[in-house]
Amino acid sequence: MSGNHPGLSNNFIRSGEKFEWSKENLKEIKKIISKYPKERKQSAVMPLLYLAQEQNKNWVSIECIEAIAETLQMPKIRVTEVASFYSMYNSQPVGKNLIQVCRTSPCWLRGSDKITDTICKETKCAINETSEDSLFTVVEVECLGACSNGPMIQINNDFYEDLDQESTKQIIENIKNNIPNKIGSQKGRKSSENA
Amino acid sequence: MSEESLINIKINNKEIQVDKNLTVMQACEIVGEEIPRFCYHDKLSIAGNCRMCLVEIEKAPKLVSSCTMPLMDGMSIITNSDKVNAGRKGVMEFLLINHPLDCPICDQGGECDLQDQAMYYGFDRSRYQENKRAVDNKNMGPLVNTIMTRCIHCTRCVRFATEVAGVPELGMLGRGENAEITTYLEQSITSELSGNVIDLCPVGALTSKPYQFKARPWELKRTDSIDIFDAVGSNIRIDSRAQEILRVTPRANDLINEEWITDKVRFNYDGYYQQRIDQPYIRKNGTLEPVSWSDAIKSLKQKLKQSKPLSLIGDQVDVETGYAIKKFMKNFGDNNVECRTDNQAILQNNVESIRFNTPLTEIENADLIIIGGTNPRIEAPIINHKIFKAYNNFAEIFNIGENLELNYPTHQLGEDLSNLNSENLQKALKKSKTPLMIIGSGFLSHIQDVKTLKALFEFSYKNKIITEEKNNLNFLTPHASRIGNLLLENTTSNDCQPLNSINKKDFDIVLSFGSEVIANSEYENLFKIYLGHHGDEGAMKADIVLPTPLYTEKYGTFVNIEGRPQEAKKCHNPIGQAKEEWSILKELSNQLSLPYEIESFEDLRKELSKNYPELLFWNNVISVQKSNETSENNQFECCKPTYPISNFYMADVISKNSITMAKCVEEILSKPLLEKSA
Amino acid sequence: MALKREERVQKMLSNQDKIFQNLHGFEDAFLEGAKKRGSWSNTKEILSKSQNDVIDLVKSSQLRGRGGAGFSTGLKWSFMPKDTGKQHYLVVNADESEPGTCKDREIIRNDPHTLIEGCLIASYAIQATKCYIYIRGEYHHEYVQLEKAIAEAYDNNLIGKNACGSGYDFDLYVHRGAGAYICGEETALLESLEGKKGQPRLKPPFPAGAGLYGMPTTINNVESIAVVPTILRRGSDWFKSIGAENNTGTKVFCISGNVNNPCTVEEAMGIPLKELIEKHAGGVEGGWNNLKAIIPGGSSTPMLSKDVCETVLMNFDDLRSNGSGLGTAGVIVVNKNNDITQVIERFAHFYKHESCGQCTPCREGTGWMFRMMQKLVRGDISPEQLELLENVTKQIEGHTICALGDAAAWPIQGLIKNFKPELLKKYNQKRKAS
Ligand SMILES: Cc1cc2nc3c(=O)[nH]c(=O)nc-3n(C[C@H](O)[C@H](O)[C@H](O)COP(=O)(O)O)c2cc1C
Ligand code: SF4
Ligand code: FES
Repeated sequence: MSGNHPGLSNNFIRSGEKFEWSKENLKEIKKIISKYPKERKQSAVMPLLYLAQEQNKNWVSIECIEAIAETLQMPKIRVTEVASFYSMYNSQPVGKNLIQVCRTSPCWLRGSDKITDTICKETKCAINETSEDSLFTVVEVECLGACSNGPMIQINNDFYEDLDQESTKQIIENIKNNIPNKIGSQKGRKSSENA
Repeated sequence: MSEESLINIKINNKEIQVDKNLTVMQACEIVGEEIPRFCYHDKLSIAGNCRMCLVEIEKAPKLVSSCTMPLMDGMSIITNSDKVNAGRKGVMEFLLINHPLDCPICDQGGECDLQDQAMYYGFDRSRYQENKRAVDNKNMGPLVNTIMTRCIHCTRCVRFATEVAGVPELGMLGRGENAEITTYLEQSITSELSGNVIDLCPVGALTSKPYQFKARPWELKRTDSIDIFDAVGSNIRIDSRAQEILRVTPRANDLINEEWITDKVRFNYDGYYQQRIDQPYIRKNGTLEPVSWSDAIKSLKQKLKQSKPLSLIGDQVDVETGYAIKKFMKNFGDNNVECRTDNQAILQNNVESIRFNTPLTEIENADLIIIGGTNPRIEAPIINHKIFKAYNNFAEIFNIGENLELNYPTHQLGEDLSNLNSENLQKALKKSKTPLMIIGSGFLSHIQDVKTLKALFEFSYKNKIITEEKNNLNFLTPHASRIGNLLLENTTSNDCQPLNSINKKDFDIVLSFGSEVIANSEYENLFKIYLGHHGDEGAMKADIVLPTPLYTEKYGTFVNIEGRPQEAKKCHNPIGQAKEEWSILKELSNQLSLPYEIESFEDLRKELSKNYPELLFWNNVISVQKSNETSENNQFECCKPTYPISNFYMADVISKNSITMAKCVEEILSKPLLEKSA
Repeated sequence: MALKREERVQKMLSNQDKIFQNLHGFEDAFLEGAKKRGSWSNTKEILSKSQNDVIDLVKSSQLRGRGGAGFSTGLKWSFMPKDTGKQHYLVVNADESEPGTCKDREIIRNDPHTLIEGCLIASYAIQATKCYIYIRGEYHHEYVQLEKAIAEAYDNNLIGKNACGSGYDFDLYVHRGAGAYICGEETALLESLEGKKGQPRLKPPFPAGAGLYGMPTTINNVESIAVVPTILRRGSDWFKSIGAENNTGTKVFCISGNVNNPCTVEEAMGIPLKELIEKHAGGVEGGWNNLKAIIPGGSSTPMLSKDVCETVLMNFDDLRSNGSGLGTAGVIVVNKNNDITQVIERFAHFYKHESCGQCTPCREGTGWMFRMMQKLVRGDISPEQLELLENVTKQIEGHTICALGDAAAWPIQGLIKNFKPELLKKYNQKRKAS
């Protein structure tokens, strides 16, 4: 199943485009590296993978990996190992909105299957696929750590919680229409208080 | 072992005293308790990932992996309880559920750790009813074949590449049951030692590409021998069937090659049988024509009568042959045998000026290493591995000569020896406690004046490279024949530029024992006789060509760089009409009525051992007198080195004829040698 | 060890005894708000105590680690070598990936200064001048909140050089994970922090001897650290007065699954499970009698049957003596409307998905268990196969490098233990039907 999950693949690919750190990111890199002991630059590999992913339209190409290896003076295979180990580094292009639906038991007990169905229907994407207009990629993921607010999904950096089919549909609708969504609970909770 | 490092432990209720620095597994081995293992390997860091080596430790709630567990005083270890057996059996079952049942067609069959252990711990029928995992094979280059579904994720190969070969190009991508071993982007491994992963892989995931489906292990005849493709003298085992060598693998020798051999000796054997000189040839009207042995000997006899011959000794000539040549040539005068066909400079009667003086096991303990005029990575990969170990132990490495592509960073000091006096090096030497220097033939073959050699000694005394206790000034030749023949004094007398200083006009015939230099123009006017096994430049230019056997087709002694004689044994009879050199020379002596009281190879060895006893004390380093060489100055000649080998895979007549080696050149050398790693 | 009857009697935690006064974010999460809630009020004074005194106070509060294993926090600190001249580290585990758990999230985003102050004090106690907080990658918003709060703390000289004017220099950094449950395991976390794959290390050596970058290191959960300032402020006796012997203090519980009002709440350690659910989470969906089972401490803890749930107390020892554990206090409630085998099958998928792949039993066993669980859900597991499944869990348990293997085995063991007849019935019914 997870073979196609963009974040859990062993096959990174070339984009065919040169990857060079942006000016701002070069500055950011300096800051990041300074958090770790001098001889331990390798510690910065995860933050740099994030940076590269962000700069590279939300996926990590071989070019990104090679740039990181050079910046941190690490063997390329070591960077690749790290990139392939963690599920949040995408090994292939993904849609503008990466929708991750939590499938683990606490969310499932509260109806995550229905949320998945709704999302697939509304985005016209099957699991692990990207919509034709590249607006969405849908994946199922394991527990995102908001169990008291399940069922929930993550779209790019944001959590949407306390979902039902109605609110899920609305969120997708809003994205399609460029209307900003309210993040967090869709039931009007502040966080996970007893309401 | 000092008293205080001993502790008392119990293994299966037997009390013993052992060194406290051992692991539980090592302690068990001492008392003969064999612990099964897959991931653990003596020469690699400890991974503890296979979990096969589980043992029980009294008071510990869980079984522990014995390979990772340090000993503690009073520890009581149990290796044979039901709990232990159940644990190991469980691990075994897990290893097998996704492992294909293809032993009958697996090259590892018969020598597979998994197969062996499965017999012992396995289940009689598989309880696993789900689909087995299939993993795509990976390209790892022309030498290593992969069938990755068989991989058990022990990571020995990854650790080998990183820790021993020093090329961090292998890794385990992904995680969980999707974890896969691969090289970066499935490129070839760019190491001269890469073939060792084949031996390390406990299952049939990594196997030899050239050996694929060639034979089953029980069909093979095993012969112990020595790697003669460099001068380190790695111990090898040759597997053959009838007249064919099918496989070369290492024999462990902790004093020399540990458990590793180079890809060249492991894989160039297909070259043994290509372009062989199969019978005698004589040049007639400009072309070499096949003749019978008796015709060849007849015309040689004519030529050698009343002549002044010169003998040149090539790079793969064993000590026995060297002695036979020396004996034969005595009949024609002095100073007419030369083994230094690369002009290597030595100090007469100073063995310390020709050999690698540091015991090979000590290299890794150096804290500063100067490499001068040699590329150890391709001239002696095993030595290079030891330098890499020193680097990992925080040694600083300095290089004099060309900028080399080594697998560890070096401080580059400029091209000629005078850079020994550079300020940076001097500073580092002051701090160093165990400095070590390696001077290669890249410089030695250029030195014009012995003063330079003496200055090297002087420099070494001054900088504690040589002290009362040790001599860490080392000379490195890439040629397996060299040290033995130097010890036989197969030299014309000059110290420097020996080959160039030979006045070619003093001779009318040159006998080349596998040396290609006779193809050079200075030998144009000499009558050239080539004795060898492969038709290369030397044979092409020769007037008479005589077939001789390869090192695998006769017995012979080679003295390695340290001065350690070792025997290469015969695996099969010579190919074609090849005859051993000593018997050719005997035949000639008889024909020419020269004295040559040797009737058999045994006679030859007897006489050799009378005159040079140490050269037949196999496996013992020859004794060396301390030389106390001094000089007044620190003057080094300003010569730039020329490296004896430019292409690791094609450095000798045999390798040049190996198709496997040709593939290596194509697939490995065509890309940058090494990832620029920190 | 079962607790005595009188020790079981609990009262609800009074509001003023709650450590996390802004757990739900109704007030200002940042410095101004935090100060109003008492954070940073006398930190300099706390730091004027000797390092040993701080450790002793935490020890005597009987605070036990909130990350799952429940090891005494003070005792753990005391394992740190003293005056080594080496760099010591505190590493805070904010990886929070155990299914059912979302407590650290609330602390970080709504009350981050409790954590930051805790980091300073704990680091001081173990002579660490540097601390890393390893936060799971998915918590992006929480990461932003935390960074903001840290910047505030630096700007106000609460941390950094001469923190709080105490003379102690202290640096605090945040490191983001990137989607790997295993990085919650403390040594995998260290590997990850060093820029490697998150594969657990072999122990020994233990982190206190050789941890991050080979230096002495203590790893603690967010909640364990965030409660420390209040303990030192209000005294260990106060902390000990809540809960029972060795099961002291307040605890943040997360309640999820089939309850009417899933929520995260701070309560007294040892509150009866039933009370927790009825008072705070609006009860079980469909009523208490509709309860099937409860997983009391995150996915790794074996489930409790309904009758155990009636009486069990939510603390380390009572749950343990009932065959489960407090774990992360992530309470997952399953009612009868759902198939309990599917709950566990999903967990089995989770563990297969999150196994790091390093050691054999976990890498191979989690996949095997998941595939058998799939069959179990379909009713395709014969009695022998069920025995095999249980056997496989035993073959993993205790044989792996880290505790993920155990964590994967226990939920299935719990299922079989509690519902074996039902599982077999499923098989028989399906056989009959076909
Ligand atoms: C597989 C696995 C995952 C874990 N995940 C977490 C986690 O997300 N957060 C956490 O604090 N502890 C986690 N732990 C426990 C940690 O290893 C460690 O015991 C804990 O952080 C120590 O903190 P404490 O003493 O404050 O509880 C996990 C352990 C294992 C075996
Ligand atoms: S390929 Fe062989 S050596 Fe490498 S990890 Fe797999 S089984 Fe081990
Ligand atoms: S040999 Fe000990 S775990 Fe593999």
